[in-house]
Amino acid sequence: MSKPVHRLLPVLSAHWDEPDAYTLAGYERVGGYRAARDALRRTPKDLIEAVRDAGLRGRGGAGFPTGLKWGFIPTDSPKPTYLVVNADESEPGTCKDIPLMMATPHTLVEGIIISAYAIGAHQAFIYVRGEVVHVIRRLRAAVEEAYRAGYLGQGVFGTDYDLDVVVHAGAGAYICGEETALLDSLEGRRGQPRLRPPFPAVAGLYACPTVINNVESIASVPAIVRFGRDWFRSLGTAKSPGFTLYSLSGHVRHPGQYEAPLGVTLRDLLDLAGGVREGHELKFWTPGGSSTPILTGEHLNVPLDYEGMAGVGSMLGTKALQIFDDTTSVVRTTLRWVEFYKHESCGKCTPCREGNWWLVQILRRLEAGQGDAQDIDTLLDLCDNIAGRSFCALADGTSACVTSALKHFREEFEAGTHTPAWELFPYERSAIVPVAEAVAS
Amino acid sequence: MSEQPEADQLRAEMRELMARYPSARSALLPMLHLVQSYDGYVTAEGIEACAEELELTPAEVAAVATFYTMYKRHPVGRFHVGVCTNTLCAVMGGDAIWRRVSDHLGIGHDEVSEDGQISLERLECNAACDYAPIIMVNWEFMDRQTPDSAVALVDALSAGEQVHSTRGAPIGTFKQAARVIAGFSDGQADAGPAAGPASLRGLALARGRDPDEEETT
Repeated sequence: MSKPVHRLLPVLSAHWDEPDAYTLAGYERVGGYRAARDALRRTPKDLIEAVRDAGLRGRGGAGFPTGLKWGFIPTDSPKPTYLVVNADESEPGTCKDIPLMMATPHTLVEGIIISAYAIGAHQAFIYVRGEVVHVIRRLRAAVEEAYRAGYLGQGVFGTDYDLDVVVHAGAGAYICGEETALLDSLEGRRGQPRLRPPFPAVAGLYACPTVINNVESIASVPAIVRFGRDWFRSLGTAKSPGFTLYSLSGHVRHPGQYEAPLGVTLRDLLDLAGGVREGHELKFWTPGGSSTPILTGEHLNVPLDYEGMAGVGSMLGTKALQIFDDTTSVVRTTLRWVEFYKHESCGKCTPCREGNWWLVQILRRLEAGQGDAQDIDTLLDLCDNIAGRSFCALADGTSACVTSALKHFREEFEAGTHTPAWELFPYERSAIVPVAEAVAS
Repeated sequence: MSEQPEADQLRAEMRELMARYPSARSALLPMLHLVQSYDGYVTAEGIEACAEELELTPAEVAAVATFYTMYKRHPVGRFHVGVCTNTLCAVMGGDAIWRRVSDHLGIGHDEVSEDGQISLERLECNAACDYAPIIMVNWEFMDRQTPDSAVALVDALSAGEQVHSTRGAPIGTFKQAARVIAGFSDGQADAGPAAGPASLRGLALARGRDPDEEETT
């Protein structure tokens, strides 16, 4: 099978295969920190415009234009401005920022220098999830190397611009990937979302103007500065320009990271990844993590960009393409995802805290083949009462997960009134590793 | 923290963490990781130490400590083993791995083996889905596991053998990992590759190397 290799465009991942990619020497050998040196000779306003005109959109899931977000920072505030990098990668299926920070942490540090300078910040934080000790080591080592080289601290690159960066490890809470919960956590509190407004651009960390961007967004900035906004705009589509990391996992022959301009299709990516597991067919997939509505084989040719996914009722999210083949029970996967949301609900908003608990109760009996005739209606009614009625998007994620599964595979849930999911779809058949026995949960 | 010099050192390191932030309270999460690096879990004494340093009440500190799953309320094993049972890993074999390891050790979620060597946790997604099914040992990646490899892994750990992460460092103790997470280097950043094989799949193809063709030749 000839693979559509021309679809690929490694930018962020272009040097991950160099043994010393994570070191300062390895990064500078391939042109690292040139963009930051150039950036500090330009005006902050010019840099904000460059990122805005390039059309970079947030890679953490929401897709909000990065340059626009930067532009919201007041220029006349007497308070300090902060840059916070959201490295709390925890959305089920999402696995792009972790390899990026492990392989080329200096790309992130360089992006931080440019971004912080652009928004007038002298202090930046990298909030990385705590459960990845080796990534934390690599980040800290990169930041220390940058300080020793004079790229951080007082007088960055010999200019009069000062910047400090702190690598801050979280402690296990999906909700801290939500930007306002992250801020509370970074202030040493329970990670619970804040009501907006005020938005972080006005009152964020320590009630000061704050920009919060995803790792991949910040790491994309040096390439924009180095190769120009027109180059960036020439990639991808008109409304979704640029390159991005697509992460394939699950029932594909070669799971992994595939970097490409926005707008490739799952068909292309599956061809690149060697196809769905041999002897099986695609059943359903997530475009960007468990919070993005699932899609099916009907959607193989839809461009994987912000508009393409919205057009079929889903979201691009984090481009975490979780592939499930025809052996997989949708009732099982939906239950497991909702168990996750129940576990990770911070408890602040009643619809989310209670609603997820009830969804789990119903889905458990449907999985066991012991549901009753009203259960599907009750699930939909619960989702209606959870989505949009809580402070943050966790509630919307759980609802999208359930309603999209019901939209495409309602009959499997109906079967949950009489037959256990593990009889309809013996779970050991889904495993990609040798499994001795049936695994009913 | 029975030894006074150790308690003094803990306090000194807590202050070092506090000094890294514009507002001292921001150091609370790292300070709680630091407590775990001394005591193996979040002890009442550790909570009091955080409270004293930050001029908070112990209840305010405990409220934070109990919110986050990485803070343990009782001693964990020398090796804390997390099996990912979030959806994708579970389907790919994580549920079977969990069952085998749990049966093999005779312990369940949040429990510790009798000899204190191994504790188990059912993990949520740990951002390594392209290496599924995965296990974390003291928050180091153990990629692409099977029920058999997982049993061999916990047996090796129990026997005191040196185990290497598949994409990281030689695995140390839970306390040592907690110290790195808190913010103190252990000099191991150079261990392991820059990237694991799945991370390099797309790049290899773009460079003209097709893993499928290499497998067949």
